Amino acid sequence: MIQRSLTLFAGLFALILVIGWVMGLPFTSSRLVEAAAYALIALGLNLQWGYGGLFNFGIMGFLMVGGFAVTFISYPVNPQFWGADGPWLLGRALLAFFAGALLVLAARQSHRAGITGKWKTVLTVIAWFVAYCIYRSQIDPAAAYIESDAGGKWVGGLGAHPVLGWLFGGVLAAAIAYFVGKISLGLRTDYLAIATIGISEIIRALIKNMDWLTRGTLTVSPIPWPVPLPDAYAGGGQPALLLARGGFLLLAIAVLAIAILLISRAYAGPWGRMMRAIRDNHIASASMGKNVTARQLEIFVFGSVLMGIGGAMLVSFVQIFDPSSYQPINHTFLIWVMVIVGGAGNNWGAVFGAVLIWLIWVISEPLAKAVFDVVSYWSSTAGWGAIPDIEARSAQMRVFVLGLVITIALRFAPKGLIPEVVRREG
Amino acid sequence: MTELIFFINQVVISGAVLGCIYALGAVGITLVFGILRFAHFAHSELMTSGAFFAFLLAGAFAAWGITAPIPMGFVVLPIAMVISAIFALGIDKGFYAPLRKRGAKPVTLLIASIGVTLMVQGLIRLFFGAGSYSFFETETKDVFRVDLSAFGSTRPLVITEPQLLMIVVTALSVIALHLFLTRSRLGKAMRAMADNADLAQVSGINTALVVRVTWIIAGALGCMAGTMLALDVTLKPDLAFNIIIPIFAAAIVGGLGQAYGAIAGGLLIGFAESLAVFNWTMVLRPLNAILPEWLQLPATLAFVPTEYKLTVAFVILVVTLLVRPTGIFKGASS
Repeated sequence: MIQRSLTLFAGLFALILVIGWVMGLPFTSSRLVEAAAYALIALGLNLQWGYGGLFNFGIMGFLMVGGFAVTFISYPVNPQFWGADGPWLLGRALLAFFAGALLVLAARQSHRAGITGKWKTVLTVIAWFVAYCIYRSQIDPAAAYIESDAGGKWVGGLGAHPVLGWLFGGVLAAAIAYFVGKISLGLRTDYLAIATIGISEIIRALIKNMDWLTRGTLTVSPIPWPVPLPDAYAGGGQPALLLARGGFLLLAIAVLAIAILLISRAYAGPWGRMMRAIRDNHIASASMGKNVTARQLEIFVFGSVLMGIGGAMLVSFVQIFDPSSYQPINHTFLIWVMVIVGGAGNNWGAVFGAVLIWLIWVISEPLAKAVFDVVSYWSSTAGWGAIPDIEARSAQMRVFVLGLVITIALRFAPKGLIPEVVRREG
Repeated sequence: MTELIFFINQVVISGAVLGCIYALGAVGITLVFGILRFAHFAHSELMTSGAFFAFLLAGAFAAWGITAPIPMGFVVLPIAMVISAIFALGIDKGFYAPLRKRGAKPVTLLIASIGVTLMVQGLIRLFFGAGSYSFFETETKDVFRVDLSAFGSTRPLVITEPQLLMIVVTALSVIALHLFLTRSRLGKAMRAMADNADLAQVSGINTALVVRVTWIIAGALGCMAGTMLALDVTLKPDLAFNIIIPIFAAAIVGGLGQAYGAIAGGLLIGFAESLAVFNWTMVLRPLNAILPEWLQLPATLAFVPTEYKLTVAFVILVVTLLVRPTGIFKGASS
């Protein structure tokens, strides 16, 4: 088993060297930083699916939350917003939100006042409606004011260190995962998949359209780096670029290493055994006195924290937060392919799968272009004419390649390339 | 009266059109779920590829000089449905049947269906690019304007020819599906297998045949939904991929595994979406005359802003999963 993993990782290393040689060092260095961030996200999914057997198809939502968090924390302060009436209006909206929440909570407790059955349902629905109206009546003018010139166009950031932003991404993702988990973890697998997709689409719609908070489709850039930017190095040019990216890569790998260490220790301990027991037979583990729902919520939150941090790292690295660039294919299904191909339940498998699939994903476009160029040359010399729009077509090839990889993996290596090792004691 | 006609134009017609498309898509999903017990994500690609088959056929027919009084998309629909049914059978044979034979869990099939989604989507984009196409490049889209000034309305009732045909065709296929499921042997066998697969098998039902028929119906109805959606808006590679979650929401709201539930759920979600973004000020404007100065209606008074239209379906989905996971018609439980 160890030998197999080592061979696979050696092969991966060789692949990286080949890509570095063919595509050039600037390309490869930035792909490697992204691969490290994706590895962290894949570890998060491995926690949820590999350890916990939970079907999270809303990864995109958590990545967006992480991206928003790092933008909010690390982007410079917008004095125009803080100097105008915006904060005051937002405070009022927040009060309205809490008033609405109180109203709903009160309606849910109405059985204590003797209102039960159908009347309680009616009252709850009315309370939700009124709470929604109260909140909308406050937030709409506040949003319109902040988006105007007088309000500073948007909230801006806090100007803190980006690593704080990564942490906040984790915290925010955890908070959202808690609510998502509370709502949907009782559901069967396919329902859970659909519910999480739905929730991630709601998150995407919110982040995309709340221009006052996230600038929506106007995008935010440049978001600062946690390590010195290429301009900070004397000399400039390619060496400075590589040095700066190397620094970012080291930081990303450090975060990844801490995550792997913590997760592996948890996996080897009693907590990990309990999680595997719940995954494999939740009825039996419930009868052994384990609180299945609470444990599943716990692991869902832990996994989402890693996703939030990974999403924040990605946004930090590319320096732009563009909500419309998030797509379910690129940000949910891609991660799933990584974990399935790598090996669900094995951390090294998840990391291996993340790096491998990310490299396949990024090189399938130039590779397809090269293949098309050759075929096109061939067909034009044979008198059939060249292939039209090679550029646009090869950009689409990676979606096909991704689908092909996952179907082949499910057919011939359903447990992944580095499968889970089940240790049996005694 | 003008306000009522405006309401019909904005909510009833667009809701019915959207609802028909959702319903046809959801029937396929719910049948596949009932028989094979997995959430078939690639249904969106059955819809999109069906629309592209119809588009190619319509182009070929127009090139051969065949003309018809109705839009070409509807003329070629039966042929495109046959091709789509064969395509669906081929996908099952190539990707799902081997996994089923191995005894894979439904979850594995779900992931496989995502792989199929990606592959078909990639192929469509490879051949057609990322741009959008229209069925009405050579022919015109007829728009009927029913003048209702006799009833005191200053606005006409507006409906396009494809929309009208779409509602008729959906109604016809729903009736046909109902007759098939309740009257024919095969339809009864399908319902039996959806209820209890093992019991159906021991009673001598040919389950392999039922599975094939399920894929044929799913592919044909998916093609119909996709083509009609492309006729109403434009044809693009992510045509159905963007609405697959509202379609799943329709199937779940109706109760997974219940064909009638899917139709009800589709219409419900379609109407809910168009009702939620409807601007009530347009209808309630006469009230401004009697309301006091401080309570005048704002310019837009919609329940949710237009840009959140798609989230309406997700919210309905989440609420359904919370309150009544079996859906309206008591489908498979969570």
